[in-house]
Amino acid sequence: MTAALVLIAVLTLATAAVALALRNLIHSALLLIASWFGLAAFYLWAGAEFVAFAQVLVYVGAVSMVVLFAVLLTRRSRADPVVSPDSLSRAVSAVLTGVAVFGVLAAAILGTRLSPSTVAAPTATVRTIGTQLMGTHAAALLIVGMLLTVALLGAVVLAAQDPAETNQDAP
Amino acid sequence: MTLDPLQLCLLFSSALFCVGLVGALARSSTILVLLGVELMLNAANINFIAFWRYGPPTAPATGVMFVIFSIAVAAAEAAVGLALIIAVYRHQKNIRLQEASRLKG
Repeated sequence: MTAALVLIAVLTLATAAVALALRNLIHSALLLIASWFGLAAFYLWAGAEFVAFAQVLVYVGAVSMVVLFAVLLTRRSRADPVVSPDSLSRAVSAVLTGVAVFGVLAAAILGTRLSPSTVAAPTATVRTIGTQLMGTHAAALLIVGMLLTVALLGAVVLAAQDPAETNQDAP
Repeated sequence: MTLDPLQLCLLFSSALFCVGLVGALARSSTILVLLGVELMLNAANINFIAFWRYGPPTAPATGVMFVIFSIAVAAAEAAVGLALIIAVYRHQKNIRLQEASRLKG
């Protein structure tokens, strides 16, 4: 049980770390998809099946496609989507910051006496989730739908090209 | 010292958060910075699920509700962020953060 969690954690963290260290953006995006699969495996391990499938649908299915589109639309040369190397001093200070933050968080976690409940694991059937979404959280569901609509319309407006601008750019 | 699963989950989520933080701070490609922010959001979702699974009993499926809404908001954020990146690329012909220093289009 715990070994599976450690395995999932190591795989997810390794793919995420390598993805953020690579210079080829396509490789980064593909490795991040692997990392999101690892997170879905974690949700399955924890007994939240619906969240795992939502993670696969939203991240592995939709966000990864949007990321790949952005990588392909913004590459500098047609040949390869490789970014120029970043400054070393910034990388060193970023790693130091990350290690310090992890040290503080880990010390806080290990120093706290958590008392995990000994009762049976909670279950979330799709029926329960549906009644909760449509009953208790109906207002929040409507607001999230509104937010998604507005955000996606805003994204289209931001990314759409002005026709006048296109004519101006043409040689 | 033996770690209980809740502590392991929290350590996993804080490690993922720090990986995302280092990525967002160290890289100068806007896309990778946005992906680092996405990883930090995912680390928060792990915490919701871990406390739902091992925390004191609550109303049914509370943690799952939190994560579903969080995933929806993260998807909206990713769409707007990548549209912003494409808009910046159109003005600057580049997505390096250092060169996106003007507000004028």
